[in-house]
Amino acid sequence: MSIWEYANPVKFMRASGAVLPWVAGGAVVCCVAGLAWGFLTPQDYRQGATVKIIFLHVPAALMAINGWLMMLVMSLIWLVRRHHVSALAAKAAAPVGAVMTLIALITGAIWGQPMWGTWWEWDPRLTSFLILFLFYLGYIALWAAVEDADSAADLTGVLCLVGSVFALLSRYAVNFWNQGLHQGASLSVAPGERMSAVYKYPLYLSMLGFFLLFLALVLLRTRTEIRRRRLAALLARENRA
Amino acid sequence: MIELGKYAGTVLGAYGISLLLLLGIVGQSLRANARARRELEEHEGRG
Repeated sequence: MSIWEYANPVKFMRASGAVLPWVAGGAVVCCVAGLAWGFLTPQDYRQGATVKIIFLHVPAALMAINGWLMMLVMSLIWLVRRHHVSALAAKAAAPVGAVMTLIALITGAIWGQPMWGTWWEWDPRLTSFLILFLFYLGYIALWAAVEDADSAADLTGVLCLVGSVFALLSRYAVNFWNQGLHQGASLSVAPGERMSAVYKYPLYLSMLGFFLLFLALVLLRTRTEIRRRRLAALLARENRA
Repeated sequence: MIELGKYAGTVLGAYGISLLLLLGIVGQSLRANARARRELEEHEGRG
């Protein structure tokens, strides 16, 4: 069995229909449990109750960046191998990624106001995240603006390649420029404890929940796009007859 | 009772807005999928 079998829309619909309820169920359980657990954590000695925002902010930011990188992989598959399902999966992921980016920006601003004394600063990470959000909007608008689906997939694929620079910048901006208000990574595989276990485990659960939610929504929206494409093909065939 | 102290508005605001956005994208995705499925089934039923 090859992964390319799922480029066949019929096989994709069958497989995604089977796994979607499990992924969606896992997303609900992990998101509710992770956020509830996070909300019940004690106040931080410096940040007070605002530390609870981390359980939304970090998972959303994680999926904002990785969502774009997933779109990049799907776009490359489309550009190289011309599999329609991959182009539709990239299209399906964009609104979900945009919402994740917006959540990261809004929760960051709400958290930043009491901690930094400002809602917004033209800090490298914040700015690159804002640009990533604009790329998401541009990507969605480009899909909507081009009538021919294959041309739209080509153009948005190229836009996705360009935007990937900002997706990576938003992850590594703190390391590149080493300035601005935003801190470095809260979680790391490197030795040395950066975060108390009291916060770390609910954060892991929340991150898993956001990942599963993203996956469930992308699967659902890809199925929607496949159905729309099928209907459009049927209508076009009737019009030609 | 969860103690949020002077940051109650900040924390509840962040959770409220985020949950609204998440529920919004979930609801929109479910509605769009139901509509696409219905339209395709109606069309295939006619054919």
